[in-house]
Amino acid sequence: MKTGMRKERIDRGIKVRSDGIYALSSWREMSYLMAPRALLVGGLLLAPLILHFFPYWQKVLLIVCIYALLSMAFDFLANYVGLVCLGGSFFVGVGGYGAALLNKYLHFSPFLSIPVAALGGAAFCTFLLLPCLPLRGVYFAIITLMYPLMMTRIIEAFELFGGTNGMMDIAGFANPWAEQYFLIISTLVFLFALRRLAVEDIGLVIRGIKDNDQSVRASGINITVVKAQALFCAAFLGCFAGAYLAHMYMWAGLSMFALDFSIIPIAATVVGGGGCLLGAVVGAILLVPLSEALRAFGPLRIVSYSLILTVVIVIKGEGLLNYLSRKYDQFERWVEI
Amino acid sequence: MEILIYGTVNSFKLILIAFGFTLVYGVSRLPNFAHGAIFVFTGFVAWIMMHKLNLPFIPAALLSLVSAALVGVLIYQVILKRIRGMNMNEIIATYAIGVAMIETFRWLGFKGTTFTLPVLFEGMVFIGDVPVDYQRLMVVAVGLVMLVAVWVFTKFTKTGLALRGIAQDERAAMMLGIDSDMTATLAMALGSAMSGLAALMLFPLGSIVVEAGYNTLIFALAVCMVGGIGSWGGTVLAAFVLGFLQVITVSYLATHFQMVVTLGAIIATLIIKPSGFFGKHKELEERV
Repeated sequence: MKTGMRKERIDRGIKVRSDGIYALSSWREMSYLMAPRALLVGGLLLAPLILHFFPYWQKVLLIVCIYALLSMAFDFLANYVGLVCLGGSFFVGVGGYGAALLNKYLHFSPFLSIPVAALGGAAFCTFLLLPCLPLRGVYFAIITLMYPLMMTRIIEAFELFGGTNGMMDIAGFANPWAEQYFLIISTLVFLFALRRLAVEDIGLVIRGIKDNDQSVRASGINITVVKAQALFCAAFLGCFAGAYLAHMYMWAGLSMFALDFSIIPIAATVVGGGGCLLGAVVGAILLVPLSEALRAFGPLRIVSYSLILTVVIVIKGEGLLNYLSRKYDQFERWVEI
Repeated sequence: MEILIYGTVNSFKLILIAFGFTLVYGVSRLPNFAHGAIFVFTGFVAWIMMHKLNLPFIPAALLSLVSAALVGVLIYQVILKRIRGMNMNEIIATYAIGVAMIETFRWLGFKGTTFTLPVLFEGMVFIGDVPVDYQRLMVVAVGLVMLVAVWVFTKFTKTGLALRGIAQDERAAMMLGIDSDMTATLAMALGSAMSGLAALMLFPLGSIVVEAGYNTLIFALAVCMVGGIGSWGGTVLAAFVLGFLQVITVSYLATHFQMVVTLGAIIATLIIKPSGFFGKHKELEERV
């Protein structure tokens, strides 16, 4: 740090020019806008082809996508709606059991049962969480932490759906390419759809609720309804991931309510950078392969995750993607005070 | 009669578990989600001291209490101090640290039912015709002593008054020269030691298991939610309500339903009176 000087950040000219859609006149500006997006989309679409020769890492890629969905759900709830949800596994479990039931008793094929389970599960989760929606901050976090635990206990107590053994013999995907591209394309579609949603009118209202719900209410908007809609979107992503998992493992059981599905998405969001949904995806892409590498250590996996999470929160609270996008969009220079 | 006695014992268990959490939150608005982890931590430290260092129970217990308080101080000084005021990060960071602690114990191989702490006094008495062992009576006694001690401490000592000052109005208290960081550290130390005390009292009734960390956290949160977070009188009342509810559920339904009833109580509280029994302040700001 130089004395008497201050670091100043200014938007790059190209960012300013390409911010307004009218100014998109050169390839340079268009590629400035498109490059990061193309990198992600292209990378994810090409990955199954590249990983074709490493079947194990192909599975890891699918798990990356699943956690990316869950992280997006967490990020959306936490940074857009202002509801910190510590119970992401609740969505996974509901979606997983939903898909398993649809497949087993109604003989839905995976491509039908996953969307149906996601929609139905999201409605179910929203309905169950409805009484908690007026809560904020710590209170909502606490209660969502309890929901998956409670589901586990109920299933154990009543011996529902195969009790502790879970439900087996669920149909898998017939075609491995369909299996992979179904998930990858869905993830990308949901990512961009959710980002679009956040800048639509309803997104403005949602972010308004996060910042000051009383004034949103004073404008004559029913905040509980809007919160319920936002929760439905997040629950939909979570249930979709859960339903897909059930078909991928051909099994649905109590471990779908496990801690992993709650804490890893949180870690991914924090590491990747919350508040833009893309950070959540980047975090999942970074953390999940790491977790696969740590799989041999058993419980140490969760330990290392939690430690990474704490360190990142304390040292670099803004997350990786926010840091990178700042470097991409702005330049820094020293100025005299 | 049986329900009355065991209900009381159970209520004091919950008071022991929840009081540390509510103290920290009441004083510094810090949600200490590592509460359950400190509970388990104290139990294992006491066990390690007794079985690896061959200390008798009392010194081991005291040392483990001190180490619990130290962990509380460390969590505050190293982590919470830097992210104070960022509500979401506080929750995530303390929860992550708690999970890390609990899972480390699991990784080190502390699982199963082989780890037990001894009871202080063997034997039991009959109250009416219900057998109650001394340890359970100890739980009630220690719970009562702790309540009285906290009451005396916060009403009649300068440090205790400072704690209450910060709890009521942080800015005004800071203007009068009370250091907010110091009181928060102290509250974390006290709260963690209380969690440790609960562990030393409750683990002799069963064995030390890592899962107890999560369950403790949930019960502590449940009591605080129903009582109104940060309200000490509400915590005691809620502990009695939940304590009796749990005992009644266990004796008439099954153990599995304990958690279900606890969660049901929380949801009912949230719907009927979102701020809990006595949680008046910050009602609008924080909860609705």
